[in-house]
Amino acid sequence: MGASRQPSPAGDSISANVARARYAGVIVGLLIALAALVVWNINTGSVHISVPDIARIIFRRAGDSTQVGIVWNLRLPRICAAAVLGGGLALSGFLMQTFFGNPIAGPFVLGISSGSKLIVALVMIVALRYVAFISSWMMVIAAFVGALIAMGFVLLAARSIRQMSMLLVAGIMISYICSAITEFLITFAKDSDIVNLHGWSQGSFSGTTWSNVGVFTLIIGVCLVVVFFMSKPISAYQMGESYAQSMGVNVKRFRVVLILMSSLIAGCVTAFAGPISFVGIAVPHLVKLLLKTAKPIVVIPSCFLGGAVFCLFCDYIARTAFAPTELSISTVTAIFGAPVVIWMLIRRHSGKM
Amino acid sequence: MSDFYFRTADLDVGYNGKPLIHSIDISLAAGDILTLIGPNGSGKSTILKSITKHLSMLRGDAYIADASVNAMSFKQLSQKLAVVLTERIKGELLTCWDVVATGRYPYTNTLGLLSPDDHEKIRAAMERVHAYELAEKDFTAISDGQRQRVLLAHAICQEPEIIVLDEPTSFLDIRHKLELLSILRSMAKEKGITVIMSLHEIDLAQKVSDKIMCVHGDVISHFGTPDEIFREGIIAELYGITAGTYNLAYGSVELPAPSGTAETFVISGGGCGIPLFRRLQKENTPFYAGILYENDLELPIARALAAEVVTERAFEPIGDAAFARAEALLRRCRRVINAGVPVGSCNARIAALLETAERLGILQEGANSTV
Repeated sequence: MGASRQPSPAGDSISANVARARYAGVIVGLLIALAALVVWNINTGSVHISVPDIARIIFRRAGDSTQVGIVWNLRLPRICAAAVLGGGLALSGFLMQTFFGNPIAGPFVLGISSGSKLIVALVMIVALRYVAFISSWMMVIAAFVGALIAMGFVLLAARSIRQMSMLLVAGIMISYICSAITEFLITFAKDSDIVNLHGWSQGSFSGTTWSNVGVFTLIIGVCLVVVFFMSKPISAYQMGESYAQSMGVNVKRFRVVLILMSSLIAGCVTAFAGPISFVGIAVPHLVKLLLKTAKPIVVIPSCFLGGAVFCLFCDYIARTAFAPTELSISTVTAIFGAPVVIWMLIRRHSGKM
Repeated sequence: MSDFYFRTADLDVGYNGKPLIHSIDISLAAGDILTLIGPNGSGKSTILKSITKHLSMLRGDAYIADASVNAMSFKQLSQKLAVVLTERIKGELLTCWDVVATGRYPYTNTLGLLSPDDHEKIRAAMERVHAYELAEKDFTAISDGQRQRVLLAHAICQEPEIIVLDEPTSFLDIRHKLELLSILRSMAKEKGITVIMSLHEIDLAQKVSDKIMCVHGDVISHFGTPDEIFREGIIAELYGITAGTYNLAYGSVELPAPSGTAETFVISGGGCGIPLFRRLQKENTPFYAGILYENDLELPIARALAAEVVTERAFEPIGDAAFARAEALLRRCRRVINAGVPVGSCNARIAALLETAERLGILQEGANSTV
């Protein structure tokens, strides 16, 4: 191609290099933010531990035994939960937005999280009463089932309603119904353990154990890899269902996998941290804005990192803003996430579509 | 392999198991352009969507080079057939380059990464439709004409043997319509790509197509070359035209002729009468026209608009019969307008007609004379 050509070819030229540099910059930036937030989160809390002490505790497990306990059994698992589950939420949001072709779809607004919450609460109450034991896997399965049930209702609604706003109204209604039933169950359940249930149903990363970490890291990790390898059909699907099919995507199968993946991730997050609002909408939007592209192959990893950073930051605020009182994580994510969503809606309606 | 590249066999199409159009049997050679014409809602899109597997066929099958479309996987089909659809792409943050690049989908690896060869093909496809300068633009920020060209580049990029386009010229202005169709035409002829599309503009369909399919009612009412289809009656019947006429030779439409008794006679020839005919039609003034040769430019329009046209065979001197008829009509009129007909040796008797009008004191000169 001639050097005289004015518009730079997008493929192998300066602008493509600029784009590639931007993608790398965003990902590196997010990684640095993640590392910084991890350190910051370990560092702060009701018991102050200095950075050199922390390094010693983490790398050599040496030092004051109380401090080792705090870092290893409280702060680190919680950080893992915020990072992995936060990333999962953002990813699940991105998948649902892709599926519905709707920028404000997400596990929370569509009622998927509430569906999970309901079934998990049900299983917890039953299990605690009759088995006195509940495993991480039981929680995950219950949450996944709940997510699929809620998703089923949303899909039924979406089938008859083509309007984007009505779909969200349907989701919000499902969410209210599920929450109401959950509250009802909690109110009338007599076990003392229900106190935990109440805390969990508000959304929180506290109380995470290492065995929890193992389970959700495995599930979300596998999902992340699967979704990453779906970035090619996702990019075709962004052009619309019909075009995706004409490019060779088996649309029916793809849609099923997309639904299963997003529900599994959303369910898994809800099982361990309860319903968390706005991460699923705000993070993918912010990430796309930073990347200036919607290409799934860069958006998917960036979304995961972005969700991790966002939730670590919000969890930090939740823990420290009114210490020793802890805020529920949804309170904080709503404060930071909701304005992003409102701004996105306004921007869409004014100017460019 | 049969002589035909693409064919349908006893194909029924429709929605929800209810056939809308049945027994479609057509065949095309490679490089043919087939255009589906017919009134709105006649089922053109339904046929196209069935061929592209966006709708399942209710009965029968379609064959690309003797391979059954029904039996093909989406992936196999995607390497043979590309589409340009009417639906809006809502994708955000996609540049035109990105949109075209997705056309390489059937050929890229698991992660969809593009090779230098892919880049070259994307560039070539965009240049083919004169859209390369749009590469960096946001796809939602370009005009309708540009969008259609980018989507065509997307389809070309897929290296198909057949391109199916659903009303590709809707929303385009005349310049972009012609541009798009000439690109399709040259692609079909140079690369042997078969084009199947639906068009609203029957005049363009006539000029661009090798084959025309008329979709009307529950069957294909006609299928054939434009010469076979664009005959008296077929088009008017297809669209149910009762007001006005469709001119087969010019591919133009005329509004209905003014009604009532004509009291105006227009003398014209060599094309000079056309603006006057149109003006009289708009004013709803019925008129006679003459004496026109059968090869005069304005004859088809005069036939569509005038109450009566007096004609003479081409290249002959005006005969007695034509002259007598013209004079008889002229004497019934309250005015005669000379549109500026050139008088030569063949049509010398026009001068005699003009003289008669002059003597009667009803002659007006020139096409711009006040009516």
